Amino acid sequence: MDGEPQLLTMRNITKKFPGTLALDHVDFDLQAGEVHVLIGENGAGKSTLMKILSGAYVKDGGEIRIAGEPMELGTPAAAQKAGIGIIYQELSQVPQLSVTENIFLGREIRRGPLIDWQAMHAEARRLLQTIEADFSEKIPSRKLSVAHKQMVEIAKALSMNARIIVMDEPTSSLTPVEVERLFKIIRKLSSGGVGVVFISHHLEEIKEIGDRATVLRDGRLVKTLAVEGREIDDFIELMVGRTLENKYPKVPAELGGEALRVEGMSRPGAVDSVSFSVRKGEVLGIAGLVGAGRTELCRLIFGADQRTSGCIFVEGREIRVRAPEDAIKNGIGFLTENRKEEGLLLHLSITRNISLPILGSLTRGPFRFIKLIDHRRDAAIADEYYRKLNIRAPSVRKKTGELSGGNQQKVVFAKWIASNSKALIIDEPTRGIDVGAKIEIYDLINNLAAQGVGIVMVSSELPELLGMSDRILVMCGGRITGELKDPKTFTQEEVMKYAIAFSPQETAVVG
Amino acid sequence: MESKMSEFLRRFGSLIGLIILCIILAVWSDTFLTGRNLMNILRQSSIAALLAIGVLLPILTGGIDLSVGSIQGFTMCFMAYMVVTTGINSILGIFLTLLLGSFMGLINGLLLTKLRLPHPFISTLGMQYVARGLALIITGGMPISGLPPAARWLGSENIGGFPVSALLVVVVCMVYYVILNHTPFGRYVYSIGGSREAARLSGVNLDRVLNWTFVSAGFLSALAGVVLAGRVNSGYPLAGDGGELDGIAGCVIGGTSLFGGEGTVLGTMIGVLIMGVLRNGLNLLDVSAFWQKVFIGIVVILAVWVDVLRRTAEYRASVRKV
Repeated sequence: MDGEPQLLTMRNITKKFPGTLALDHVDFDLQAGEVHVLIGENGAGKSTLMKILSGAYVKDGGEIRIAGEPMELGTPAAAQKAGIGIIYQELSQVPQLSVTENIFLGREIRRGPLIDWQAMHAEARRLLQTIEADFSEKIPSRKLSVAHKQMVEIAKALSMNARIIVMDEPTSSLTPVEVERLFKIIRKLSSGGVGVVFISHHLEEIKEIGDRATVLRDGRLVKTLAVEGREIDDFIELMVGRTLENKYPKVPAELGGEALRVEGMSRPGAVDSVSFSVRKGEVLGIAGLVGAGRTELCRLIFGADQRTSGCIFVEGREIRVRAPEDAIKNGIGFLTENRKEEGLLLHLSITRNISLPILGSLTRGPFRFIKLIDHRRDAAIADEYYRKLNIRAPSVRKKTGELSGGNQQKVVFAKWIASNSKALIIDEPTRGIDVGAKIEIYDLINNLAAQGVGIVMVSSELPELLGMSDRILVMCGGRITGELKDPKTFTQEEVMKYAIAFSPQETAVVG
Repeated sequence: MESKMSEFLRRFGSLIGLIILCIILAVWSDTFLTGRNLMNILRQSSIAALLAIGVLLPILTGGIDLSVGSIQGFTMCFMAYMVVTTGINSILGIFLTLLLGSFMGLINGLLLTKLRLPHPFISTLGMQYVARGLALIITGGMPISGLPPAARWLGSENIGGFPVSALLVVVVCMVYYVILNHTPFGRYVYSIGGSREAARLSGVNLDRVLNWTFVSAGFLSALAGVVLAGRVNSGYPLAGDGGELDGIAGCVIGGTSLFGGEGTVLGTMIGVLIMGVLRNGLNLLDVSAFWQKVFIGIVVILAVWVDVLRRTAEYRASVRKV
């Protein structure tokens, strides 16, 4: 640590945003050859800090030194020049362009006015080899899996001689095998003297890959500590600022009659004759790896996609579902995995979001054919759930786009509760939500179950699924490959055994 | 303080622009503030107003309708053909004309929702050519003149000193205000403009709502056609040329977002009036029609730029509050 200056030193970094102080005098540093994990709840300031490092945001105060040199990283170009490479969660590649072109986009190797394709392909190949990527540099980026795209990004960072590589939640959509491979690459990079900043929500990963960890909370530095000798619970405690006795406060509800049953649901290439039923008050977990067909199944039941075969029953009565409105009318609700794109209308208020599915029944009018919205009832319903679900916002007129992730999710729940769902399908209900707000979502799920709603819950977070479900179905390759019936005997190992039961070949590249 | 200012600008910015414009013209020209001239502005703006509200709904859903000007032209010729050439009853002629416009709008909608053309830009661009062609075919390229008084009433008469066409626009505005703010359909329109998929997954029947927005656009285009036919006492095939652009400009000057989800009837009307007053003022000041186009173009750009400035100020103010 002494002698040579640190690779990166950030001191007193401050950044303001509308309504919040995103970073409040935060310190962060990075040694050469180190993997430094950055953790914190959503909104803690991790991404903001890294965006300042990458030049995407301009800091409002503080100092950045790279190898002892003070730097003003006002633009992405300046950050790149200073040797900083960032691999974002949403990978930004031009799908039609080849791997080579993506690596050198904007910095093409030229010979005179023309692109030197030979030199560029050769260099791309060399870079891919250093990280042991086994696909061709000539194939278009759109044919790559997420994991492979990530490797392209890493190669790109290396091509810019990055000494500091930041990875923002790189493992969030990788399979366990792919995560292992990524970790191998990271270890190789760090042994070569590159400093790696690793942002993750998966706390188990800290212990596996991290040398040191920095915890942020509400835009402030909580602590920087060595990972060795710490337990995951220590990190959680630092993140939330309190101890969480029970991460999954499951309250088993009394089971009633059948809420939802599906038979032989199929859509070629996605879902293959899936049948199951869920009882009132039951939480049925659906586990599986990415691409197992879980979300696709949910969308078929809700009518968001068309099925080629299959019957749907609500409370024992067969219903016709050809579009989401049919499912809603018959008491099925669907909380989608992408809250911001599919779950909410971010430009509209809380009220308008909650009442959207039931607007047709919130009308009155002098004539039967002219239906005007009953604004008083509309507001009353929104107010009711605003209070019941403890949605934290100044008023129900606030645009949902301005709420935190947890509160946004509550609005989506409110929407489906208000529309009187008998069966509620929830796809990744706690994705991108703070540890603290997660507990509130779990409580909400418990409450709904207690009120007799049948719940189908899809989640990629196995501990959550094991903790909250009464019964678990495991999917693989579009089919149900296993069922776990007793919550007392749920194990991750058993779920994983079924989840890879008929594993199709690993998403390899057709090169 | 600054955010209040910005809120004020958002709600009344274009109105203030309109008032300032009127004051300048009143000082500059003696004739501007005369009753006759003001009525003239209203009469001339009524066509653009109908087209602007027509195109507003598709824009609110994140789409566009490029065919309103051509549909206006075609339906105007159709009406002239019916009441002059075939000699049917004027009221029936108007009714059939409005039906025809709505039907053409429906075709625009179906091209989008049934044939799944990727964006209404394409379907309505096609319809723009088709309708213009039909207008030339039905008239043989020549104006059809000499409408009976009943067919001219909407476009040329006055009630209590006000042009009927202006009163018609007021009624249309009130109806559309209610539709957009107080009916489920209106909410669905704004929802679709925010996110199509989110609206669909909340149970909004996308196809039905989208079809109706285009039917509404077609209907109002035909209504504009009826008004114009009455005003000029004929149907001519090149009528409404560029009308869709005036309509879109009115929406945009009035604060409508071309990305959908944001915009109001009132704002659009102010946008249309700004253009109408500007045209009229430039006429009074003897500025050539060629230069008028240049000025209108500058106003469109200016209006959107002011909106961008306002948003930036709003953002800064909310940052400073921290």
